[in-house]
Amino acid sequence: MNAAIFSALFAHWRCNPLQLITLLAGLAVGTALWSGVQAINAEARASYDAAAATLGEGMYGQITAQDGAPIPQQTYIALRRAGWNVSPIVEGKLGSVRLVGIDPLTAPGGIGPVSVGSGADLAAFLSGAGQIFARADTLLHLPVTGLQGIATPEVAPNTAITDIGLAQRLLGKGDQIDRLLVAPEQPLTRRPLAEVAPDLIETDAQGSNDVARLTDSFHLNLTAFGLLSFAVGLFIVHGAIGLAFEQRRAMVRTLRALGVPLRRLIGLMVVELAVLALVAGVIGVALGYGVAAALLPDVAATLRGLYGADVSGQLALRPVWWLSGLAIAMGGTVVAAAGALWSLARMPLLASAQPRAWAMARRQGRFVAVSLGLLAVAAGIAVWGHGLMAGFILLGALLIGGALALPPLLGLVLRLGEGWARGPVAQWFWADSRQQLPGLSLALMALLLAMAANVGVSTMVSSFRLTFTSFLDQRLASELYVSASTAEQAAAITALAPTRADAVLPILSIDQQIAGLPAEIYGARDHATYRDNWQLLRAVPNAWEALAQGGGVLINEQLFRRAGLDLGAEVTIAPGVSLPVLGIYGDYGNPVGQVIVTEAVFRRQFPAVVALRFGLRINPAQVAALRAGLRDQGGVTDSAMVDQASIKALSLEVFERTFTVTTALNILTLAVAGFAILMSLLTLAAMRLPQLAPVWALGLTRRRLAALDLLRAMVLAALTGALALPLGLALAWALLAVVNVEAFGWRLPMYLFPLDYLRLGGLALLAAALAALWPAWRLSRMPPARLLGVFRHER
Amino acid sequence: MLLTLREVTKTYPGAEAPVLRGVSFDLAAGEMLALTGESGSGKSTLLHLVGGLDTADSGVVAIEGTDLTLLDDADRAALRRGTAGVIFQQFNLIPSLTVAANIAFQARLARRHDPKRAQVLSGRLGLTEHLHKYPEQLSGGQQQRVAIARTLAPQPKLVLADEPTGNLDEATADTVFALLCELVSETGAGLILVTHSERLAGRMRRRLHLRAGQLT
Repeated sequence: MNAAIFSALFAHWRCNPLQLITLLAGLAVGTALWSGVQAINAEARASYDAAAATLGEGMYGQITAQDGAPIPQQTYIALRRAGWNVSPIVEGKLGSVRLVGIDPLTAPGGIGPVSVGSGADLAAFLSGAGQIFARADTLLHLPVTGLQGIATPEVAPNTAITDIGLAQRLLGKGDQIDRLLVAPEQPLTRRPLAEVAPDLIETDAQGSNDVARLTDSFHLNLTAFGLLSFAVGLFIVHGAIGLAFEQRRAMVRTLRALGVPLRRLIGLMVVELAVLALVAGVIGVALGYGVAAALLPDVAATLRGLYGADVSGQLALRPVWWLSGLAIAMGGTVVAAAGALWSLARMPLLASAQPRAWAMARRQGRFVAVSLGLLAVAAGIAVWGHGLMAGFILLGALLIGGALALPPLLGLVLRLGEGWARGPVAQWFWADSRQQLPGLSLALMALLLAMAANVGVSTMVSSFRLTFTSFLDQRLASELYVSASTAEQAAAITALAPTRADAVLPILSIDQQIAGLPAEIYGARDHATYRDNWQLLRAVPNAWEALAQGGGVLINEQLFRRAGLDLGAEVTIAPGVSLPVLGIYGDYGNPVGQVIVTEAVFRRQFPAVVALRFGLRINPAQVAALRAGLRDQGGVTDSAMVDQASIKALSLEVFERTFTVTTALNILTLAVAGFAILMSLLTLAAMRLPQLAPVWALGLTRRRLAALDLLRAMVLAALTGALALPLGLALAWALLAVVNVEAFGWRLPMYLFPLDYLRLGGLALLAAALAALWPAWRLSRMPPARLLGVFRHER
Repeated sequence: MLLTLREVTKTYPGAEAPVLRGVSFDLAAGEMLALTGESGSGKSTLLHLVGGLDTADSGVVAIEGTDLTLLDDADRAALRRGTAGVIFQQFNLIPSLTVAANIAFQARLARRHDPKRAQVLSGRLGLTEHLHKYPEQLSGGQQQRVAIARTLAPQPKLVLADEPTGNLDEATADTVFALLCELVSETGAGLILVTHSERLAGRMRRRLHLRAGQLT
């Protein structure tokens, strides 16, 4: 019995191959974009985890010098003798590769490629010949070291690990240590740190590594894009399944009349869909791998440039990833088919097998109600909601509510068009467009979502770019930035620079807990550079004057939002020292809180901290001469001097790479929507012959009908685009003002980019025209015999 | 002569035998004829050729001296708009337009729309109460009356009715047939009525019978 039922079910797909292609392609493309983005995210996270596992970033407490200078080996030995269970780390650049030296005998478990008890060849690692561990591609970039290179995929990208002694030799760091990892278990009898090494400070484990936190925003955006693309794909699948089930009503009725139990019939349909979902899922995962492989180099470059995060440019095929791709294809099919299966389960045996125009009209009424409900929920959350989850519910409600509102709104506009139309052809055009709406609405909803996502994400990215560029102008006001490697070199710079630069601005900083949160305190010299360039989001009157007199602090937006420190609130910067908040500034991309005090206050509270970084103000034309002077007379290496123009150029280049990624995803999403329109038009083309044939018989040529069909697709796309714009802007607002604030603690100002929107509208029209071109061409070339077939008595 | 057919033949691609073989006849203005024949005898094909919906392989199909086989697609479309109106068995109304818009549609295409005539036709065909409805909301007989009104509104010179009562019950068919003949005769147009019904064919003054593509 099952074989007979299956043959009847599959016969439908044999007779309607376009529908089958639509279903498979919609699901495959949706899965491809989703799984492609997931592959990129997984690869990046694996790289961060590898970095964390290799270097212990975020996993363990650390001890560093207060002034950021290296720790002498003697201090390390003193700490070990005082009972501290710490392990030394030294790091630096060897060519373009980050070289990290560890001591496997003292390193906490899981750090580095070899450890005590792991069974690795510790003797070889520690022996004179030595070993160096890195990924195979990193080993190729290492200069000749004389060490035995061992390919180790678990090591972080662009990083090499070796014994600390060898690393000190290769990096020329003698008996210096950069930081000490603090094991979780420490003897209770150990002497206090302040007693053994008063110039060192201990920071607690952060639970996650800095890079992971920094890049969360980027990955969140990518994930949101992937999800939207998948939603667009689901709309296509929903349309294809809905149409197939609608067309199979007669067959279902016949099968049931012939004695097939309803439960078995539905069960077999579920199996049929599962098989189709599996096929589409496999295709989608394969396509997703291609998308990810194509985009990963740009994503890796973006992450490296924006956040200094090393991400492998090569994609690994992880079982969790492709299994989740197949699972989401299956899950998506279940979601898309649930309504159709439910309606089939409730269909009476003697129900009409004809298409249900009135039922569809009733369903549209339900759409309006659900849409209004969802938009009301979105508005409610926008006004009263709190938390990241509320932000995501807001996004979902906004998008689904907006999509469901599209068909009734388009119906309204088309009805108005019909009312205004004068000629009979124009009147028919509008009326016929309205009649095509139910068949096209899912494809148009897909286009709406694609365009809204484009408007939303590009507004967010462009706003970020604009804000960040202006932020760089504020922050990088000095023409040249110089870093000293030692306090002596810093002193030399301080002595040398004033004779050649207009102003020397020392950058003093220290990590502290503020209001129980990790934060940085900066000491800024009272200078017009800050006053003229830094824009405060909120400030008390004469904030800069008050700051210069030591009468308060400036804090970043993150600290303001997370600690609830508004203007006037007291900030404790050191035991017993509290100052009021004078102003709040934007600090985009910084994961931690920040406090700025005047230089005098900083030096008074943290006298041990030496400024190792300086901003130098000078006529831009004299930057090269100053660099040469500092290099020749101050011993400052070129790599320790960065001019403002280079940093800005680098930042903008990074943004261009980011734009490459978002533009590629934009085009892919639009292409999916264009595909949805093409498939809907092709499916409708055969179904609407009975509507076109009479108009042709009454005197319109096939060419004119085809031109009208093309025009219809473009008019519907233009109307959809017009409605997508406010939805996209609402989406951008929700991302910038709600999700970003809840997720990262800072709010981006929203800018509008009308030219970008116009270009997107043009692209959408082009996609619709391209999608409609083939069906229209087929109509213009359709043999009259096919149109006449409509009038045959025998049909 | 309103309509002239000379040695018209037609073979559909892939078909073994021609569907029309050397069909010839004339129809004068104001003349009405019934065209009968078995299924597949070529009645509808003949009607489609005369209506400019299809083209003959050979022979002459001329309306008022214009040979339709020499016309291009656009000219044949113009012919369908104003000169030869077709009434179909399946009504073929435009589902997206109201009854009133359907009735006016062809006349407006032909630039011969006369609201008064449309009103009169609606009244005569009993459609006045249904003008704002959509075809889907009408019975079969009502839909066929809308189709008749639509065809007659531009006052074509030739009316081609392809089984116009084939989907209607006997009483409704009689009413529709009577109205059709009455309205066509008032305009002085020619009428070719394709029908299976011996009863209706018997009520026409002239009758042609097709068998295997040939007039008998």
